[in-house]
Amino acid sequence: MDSVNRFGPELILLAMAAVIILADIGWALAGTGAERMRRPALGALALTGTAASIIWSALLIAFDEQGEAFSGMIRVDDFALFFNFLFAGTAAIVILASIDFLRRNRFVAEYYALILASTAGMMLLASTIDLIAIFVALELTGISLYILVAFMKDGRSSEAGLKYLLLGAISSAVALYGMAYLFGITGSTSLDEIGLVVSEANGETRSALVLAMVFLIAGFGFKMAIVPFQMWVPDVYEGAPTPVTAFLSVGSKAAGFAVVMRIFLTALGDGSISSDWATVFAILAAISMSLGNITALVQGNIKRMLGYSSIAQAGTFLIGLAVVAAADPQLLLGTSAVLFFLGTYAFTNLGAFIAVIAISSKIGSDQIADYAGVAKRSPLLALGLTICLLSLTGIPPTAGFIAKVYVFNAAVQADLVWLAIVGVLNSVVAAYYYLRVVLNMYTAEPASEESIQPGYYLGLAMVVAVVGLLVIGIFPSPLLEASEAAARVFG
Amino acid sequence: MEDTGSIVAFWLLAALTLGSALAVVLIRDLIRAVVLLITSFLGVAGLYITLSADFVAVVQVLIYVGAISVLMLFAIMLTPRAGRNNAETFFRIPGILLAGLMAFTISLVSLDTDWAVVERGGFEETASAIGEALLDKYVLPFELAAVLLLVAMLGAILLVHPEGTDEE
Repeated sequence: MDSVNRFGPELILLAMAAVIILADIGWALAGTGAERMRRPALGALALTGTAASIIWSALLIAFDEQGEAFSGMIRVDDFALFFNFLFAGTAAIVILASIDFLRRNRFVAEYYALILASTAGMMLLASTIDLIAIFVALELTGISLYILVAFMKDGRSSEAGLKYLLLGAISSAVALYGMAYLFGITGSTSLDEIGLVVSEANGETRSALVLAMVFLIAGFGFKMAIVPFQMWVPDVYEGAPTPVTAFLSVGSKAAGFAVVMRIFLTALGDGSISSDWATVFAILAAISMSLGNITALVQGNIKRMLGYSSIAQAGTFLIGLAVVAAADPQLLLGTSAVLFFLGTYAFTNLGAFIAVIAISSKIGSDQIADYAGVAKRSPLLALGLTICLLSLTGIPPTAGFIAKVYVFNAAVQADLVWLAIVGVLNSVVAAYYYLRVVLNMYTAEPASEESIQPGYYLGLAMVVAVVGLLVIGIFPSPLLEASEAAARVFG
Repeated sequence: MEDTGSIVAFWLLAALTLGSALAVVLIRDLIRAVVLLITSFLGVAGLYITLSADFVAVVQVLIYVGAISVLMLFAIMLTPRAGRNNAETFFRIPGILLAGLMAFTISLVSLDTDWAVVERGGFEETASAIGEALLDKYVLPFELAAVLLLVAMLGAILLVHPEGTDEE
């Protein structure tokens, strides 16, 4: 029973996905009389699933029920639990933000079921410690997302779905090829055993290890959306339904970082190889930040802009991974910096996308120019979006400020001063395009005086995100402690 | 892989697999490409047999040579204008160069590395061992694969369903 118990947070999400599908069939049989209750009830079921998953994770901590499950396939530790909360919370906010958007859609049940299945896959990516299970979890996350991206079935959404599917399939294949190399070198699929063999290697396997590392970075770089594996981001972000874009930009990216940390710190954590991948990550961090920010400057569409900004943010997370390599104190500092940043980024980016959902669905456009004078039409929404954009820029008292200070401080302590300088310069560039949106909302004349009222659920999701990022900005210590505890897993 | 028979078989099968895979890439006609892909799959099945993996070899023939190839042929025949050949592409030369570079790097690395080699066992029946592994050690990935198939099925229904939004 221990195995099932520790697998509970994922299991309950998958079970709820099945319940939602079955309940939907029930509604179809019940006829048109009950139709009015269908959408709210299915949404409530999905939210219950995420809430139950969060509670189960909390109970695992409360009863100290941590450890391995399913004969060494998953390991439930502080790291996995940190991501359980992050993914279940993200899914809950995304579901809240989707209720209004799904008002006229037929496939509500399928939508929620896919979100829950994808979330379970993401949680597994953070907790699996075996290459075979990692690959299945990767595909479970990915395939659900391909479908969600194409969910609208209009030209743009289908095109985005197809692009995401093709590039996703290629990147999965590349990651799998890297895993096959790891297996070929060490004769094991368990991350712990691979780590053991790698640390005892005498140099005869070094070139193959480096090749495996390159393939793994390329394969998972797609999920993390870092340069040069970012080609899909702007088109997919623009074409996907906006709640799905929010889910992609937070959940999928965090899952990519979770699995990379798990593999690289456990299996490839040995000093002989870790300095190699740390250098690769440092270079990719600098390129991702610079390219993402510079391209974001010229975007006219806010979803594309947030897409490029998320590439730049991913570059900033990578600084943390670049710091990790240099022995003990840096390992803790770098890992916890990435985790803390991911936590704050979840609230910030979800908030920004929810504001975009609310505003764009009303003005019928994603163009930044059409956001002119939004502050006059909806002061609260404009304020919320402003706070999120300030947090993305890294201005106090928002969570983004503390996260950036934390990461840059880690870089300086690990003698990566050049990387910290690149990061700070990039923040200045980023400030320009984030604040341009804010200025446009507050100073420009609105095209119409009609006020913008977000739906009740959307407003609630927005409040959760904005309050979350302000609370972290003012009282960062709980999240800080949680990320340090999670980072200590690899210490 | 010590006896001469296995070594000869390996090289012949490797040549068959890689040769037809290369032809799949180079040939312009889609139907011919699929037929050559089938040959490549068969070559892989043969390689599995030289590794004493009888069950995997049979499954490879049943699923890849049988089901997937037929599915591909149907998809091509049912798609309008699929009969036309692949056009010249701008990326031909860079693609060949990149693939050559990759092949070179991988061969170099493979020769340079001290692989974790497993002694080949006798020709025993592997199906029951695979079954036990799937339901014991690998039960989690196995069950997750079932969820994965459910999700894929949901997606297929959702995406091909003619109706998009409800009229209220």
